[in-house]
Amino acid sequence: MGEIGYDMAHLLGASVLLMSFALLYQRRLTALISAFATQSVFLAAAAAWQGFFQDNPHLYVTAVIALLFKALIIPLALLRIIERLGIHRTVQQAMGVGPTMAIGVSLVTLALLLVLPLTAEASALTREGLALALSVVLLGLLMMITRRNAIGQVIGFMSLENGLILAAIGVRGMPLVVEMLVAFAVMVAFIIFGIFFFQIRERFDSLDIHYLESFRGEGRRE
Amino acid sequence: MSGQVSEAALAVLFQCVQMLVVLALAPLLTGVVRGIKARLQGRRGPPVLQPYRALLRLTRKEAVVAENASWLFRATPYIVFTMLWLAAGLVPTFTTALALAPVADLIALVALLTTARFFTGLAAMDIGTAFGGLGASREAMISALAEPAMLAVIFTLAILLQTTSLAAIVDGTLGQGVGLRVSLALGLISLIMVAIAEAGRIPVDNPATHLELTMVHEAMVLEYSGRHLALMEAAGMLRLLLFMALILCVFVPWGIAQPGDGPTAWAIGLGSFLGKLLAAAVALALFETTVAKMRVFRVGEFLGGALLLGLLAAIFLFVSTAL
Repeated sequence: MGEIGYDMAHLLGASVLLMSFALLYQRRLTALISAFATQSVFLAAAAAWQGFFQDNPHLYVTAVIALLFKALIIPLALLRIIERLGIHRTVQQAMGVGPTMAIGVSLVTLALLLVLPLTAEASALTREGLALALSVVLLGLLMMITRRNAIGQVIGFMSLENGLILAAIGVRGMPLVVEMLVAFAVMVAFIIFGIFFFQIRERFDSLDIHYLESFRGEGRRE
Repeated sequence: MSGQVSEAALAVLFQCVQMLVVLALAPLLTGVVRGIKARLQGRRGPPVLQPYRALLRLTRKEAVVAENASWLFRATPYIVFTMLWLAAGLVPTFTTALALAPVADLIALVALLTTARFFTGLAAMDIGTAFGGLGASREAMISALAEPAMLAVIFTLAILLQTTSLAAIVDGTLGQGVGLRVSLALGLISLIMVAIAEAGRIPVDNPATHLELTMVHEAMVLEYSGRHLALMEAAGMLRLLLFMALILCVFVPWGIAQPGDGPTAWAIGLGSFLGKLLAAAVALALFETTVAKMRVFRVGEFLGGALLLGLLAAIFLFVSTAL
């Protein structure tokens, strides 16, 4: 792979990571969803680029799946859910944006420190790709922790899965079956989440998941 | 020997041309941005040359100064204008063969900008009105956050190219090419965010408003009139040009003439600079019409984001050099 191929792959991976930070920064649900769609577009571009350079046609399938489902169908479905539920359009956060971003940067550093010594024999591209993917996964987890709103948590979950796909496309010889399974699992999870939203909403008139805590015996008295 | 002398003379000549170019272009840039914004918003807008007329009219008017104003208040417009003109003259726009190239350091640039801001804030408080103090305190908050972010970007560039001199950065990028670096991309976004905050553009400050809740820069220059106001306004226009030229020269330096190039290269340099500036003006106008002004208390998060991106750029730089 030439110099420019390496740079492009690296840059597209970094764009996916950057959109993870954009997700952490957003406060409005619609902006959150469009940031997630943008991340998926970058992911699709990264997959297509890797398919072109690794000469691996099945990566184009991954790119098309990412573009179709994650950049179009899921965001549109989420927007429809928001509209139908008529919920509050701002994201309730368990922690301020500033501390969240600071933790995010520490997580990226952690991912780099973890991946680089572990993959000493692999090629430079794989190592950086894995470091970027692990960062995206960790940021997705962080997003699920810091959001109280169920939709924010779903988006965190989806962006976590974007990180997994980013790792899969960066490694040579990852079979398509794995990616298909991951994508399928996410589709199922998304449908379950959809039902889940309506159930929470019906019971509590809100998507704030702290109302659920009373059922685990750790609820606050309000 | 004579070659060296003529080279030096040429560098001095270029420096003078550069100073005149930035001074002449700054109001035009502001006018163009305003014009494009007006078009995008469906208004016809003032003619693009309006800023020149406004500045000329202001210089002809009498400067009214409050009775309790000290010398600081009267000296500040001159200091601020000089600092910004000098800083704008340091950024290579069409050639790197500038007489001031050896001192055109990114850190010196930050120092010049900070001095200008410091005096603006002092003068705003000197007059003793509530607005001045309010603007100064907001400006201090913004600059205290913007400066570390800008320095983080500068350090990334310095590690990547082994220099903080602007001319050397341009020569280095043009000479060997550094490729598409992740750090550079992150640094670019961070620097754009800082530039928006420092030049007082829309998500952070609205240059066209006189509304107490939102204004930052305007609150500080509220007490100025006549030629003092003209200087402050011109300094603001120079600041916008300076940040655009800085981003253009660091991240898209193609077209800039280098030492030893002939007249064709100078012409190409000037032409490409004008083209890039126009593109930047369109991009800024588009951006400003699509986003809304954010609350003053959210500026901290915005610039904190810029600082984190700058830090991330430095982290990735270390990773890619360690590989």
